[in-house]
Amino acid sequence: MSRQAILSAIRRGLKRGPLPADQRAMIEGRLATHPRHLIPARSRLPRPGQVALFIRNVEKEFGTVARVAAAQDIPAAIADYLAAQNLPSRFALAPHPELTGLPWSSRPMLEFEARRAEATDAVAVQHGFAGIAETGTLMLPSDPARPTTLNILADTGIVVLRASRIVGAYEDAWDWLRAERTDPLTGGFVPRNVMFVTGPSRSADIEQTLELGAHGPRRLHIILLDDDPAALPAA
Amino acid sequence: MVKITSPAFKRNAARALGDAGLQKALGKAKGAFLQRRAEAVARLPEFEALRDVGRDIKNHTLANLDVYLETYAANVERAGGTVHWCSTAEEARAAVLEICRRAGARTVTKGKSMISEEIALNDHLERHGIAPVETDLGEYIIQLRGEHPSHIIAPAFHLNREDWEADFRRMHTDLPADRVFHERRDILAEARTKLRERFLAADVGITGANFLIAETGSSVIVTNEGNGDLTQTLPRVHIALASIEKVVPTLEDTCTLLRLLARSATGQDFSVYTTFSTGARRPGDLDGPEEYHVVLIDNGRSNMIGTEFQEMLRCIRCAACMNHCPVYGVTGGHAYGWVYPGPMGSVLTPSLVGVDKAGHLPNASTFCGKCESVCPVKIPLPKMMRHWREREFERHLTPAAARRNLGLWAWFAKRPGMYRLATRAAVGALRLLGRGRGAFRSLPLAGGWTAGRDLPVPEGGTFMARYAKMQRGR
Repeated sequence: MSRQAILSAIRRGLKRGPLPADQRAMIEGRLATHPRHLIPARSRLPRPGQVALFIRNVEKEFGTVARVAAAQDIPAAIADYLAAQNLPSRFALAPHPELTGLPWSSRPMLEFEARRAEATDAVAVQHGFAGIAETGTLMLPSDPARPTTLNILADTGIVVLRASRIVGAYEDAWDWLRAERTDPLTGGFVPRNVMFVTGPSRSADIEQTLELGAHGPRRLHIILLDDDPAALPAA
Repeated sequence: MVKITSPAFKRNAARALGDAGLQKALGKAKGAFLQRRAEAVARLPEFEALRDVGRDIKNHTLANLDVYLETYAANVERAGGTVHWCSTAEEARAAVLEICRRAGARTVTKGKSMISEEIALNDHLERHGIAPVETDLGEYIIQLRGEHPSHIIAPAFHLNREDWEADFRRMHTDLPADRVFHERRDILAEARTKLRERFLAADVGITGANFLIAETGSSVIVTNEGNGDLTQTLPRVHIALASIEKVVPTLEDTCTLLRLLARSATGQDFSVYTTFSTGARRPGDLDGPEEYHVVLIDNGRSNMIGTEFQEMLRCIRCAACMNHCPVYGVTGGHAYGWVYPGPMGSVLTPSLVGVDKAGHLPNASTFCGKCESVCPVKIPLPKMMRHWREREFERHLTPAAARRNLGLWAWFAKRPGMYRLATRAAVGALRLLGRGRGAFRSLPLAGGWTAGRDLPVPEGGTFMARYAKMQRGR
């Protein structure tokens, strides 16, 4: 009832009835082609520059990045980071095959469970879907292998990201999701939740002065796997 | 509805000017916002061009709002969510309460939402035995104090650190009374600990929405704290509150508006968390709400379409207009007397509650134009405030003395010779009176005007005299 009232009031204001078929087709065309608008030039760079921009922007937003040359180095990189920060070596791990399949036995001190995060977890390790160089932003779509709680519940968030998954602009990351994902419920590409994360949690609500560590992670650490030869910095 | 004190704007403003704590808070906060925005804009050469694109996206959406709302709702439902269409605040409150009751909710956590303030949701839930807990840091202290936000993105804009410490000591009585807050971060840490328990216990999470996306049926929230994400991820039920003008067509449209939003609001290149929620938990998902509801609220907005105030519906609630407003900068947000302060409030409030109640607001402007010049979607705020003044005048709501003086001014304005003579005389007299001073604190016969303002002493001659001189000099 209210639905009809609201739609009628809008049409009254627009001085028309339901949109004529030809104009409606135009709208549907725009939705189907979802055209891009002006995209800032700052991220249109050769691959090494794009990865460097991503890292620079993560660090500008108070995140940290460690680059590793091979997947088998990831457990060591996590262990080293946790030790350096004086953090416990227990964590919740995203149940993603790229993570659960790592050679964890190389670091027997690390204890983890592959699951969603719980309130008692101090550290969570997430799988990064894409990195966006434009602002140093991670794209983390929800999935059985990538639970949302791993993004926000623990005090320390670690995200493993492949360098080949770094793009320039937000739109590029959406294009990948459009191409790669099929939702089990809708058949479309959008999962229940997509988070764009840029640095650790913060607030400026007290006297408009920035403080890190509000409700989400106080630390955000990215382990960047250099799997893209074209993206390596010039020697 | 939130109690409206907009009719008492003049009294509110006078009180605000005399409030030392408020003036201290405003003085501290103002400069920071301006500088951060200016720096963020300077880092993005395309910013000005993006403002045009943002304006055009919103205009296109408003011209087809019915179609985009229908598409949006269909896509929410395809993803297993429910859309509750609500014409009024009453309907919206009832819809939320009904969802909470069916969920058997005792406590609900809340992300920051101005539409929730607009429909006075917290009072309604409390009256029906459900405890709403605000989780945005600024909203949290506002709730502890029993106040309303004084700014649309920084609700505790009017408070100083001392206020935070005193309120936390007063309310968190289970903690040692003699604890010391060495730094601001100690205050933050205490709130984090307190709210953690609430996040985990809540039965329902309520958030607002910065955007609704027709293409995907998603609601988008933008936060820095992560409270919105804990609110919408942990409880069994997520309710997103959104007004109808939040809808945009596609993800690409949203990306463009997001590039404008954070830079205009907090001066960040991008906010920490930008989250797109689409329906409830999918098969196989290990977390996320089992129910997803959108309460879609009109509450007077559809009546703005087709009027001279339609462009106001482009607003993306960044608060740049109030951050840059000389009036907001001295009165703070509470003086405006309702939910939305600053220039955007001066246009929106009369639209939503009536110009008879909110007529002072569009008059509380120097027409300096700064608000329009920083608006990310180029809303002509001064022009619309002028429209409200005209409506107020047409409806005979303008006070008799002001009408008389306007009539007098009009008589002269229609007789250029007389006008020049009169202004020349006035400028001469004021210069004589004001010798050795920069500005008048008070003037005979204009006490009402100078009570809240200083009048600069004229420098040089009248505009026409100086213009003529300039022409001769060419």
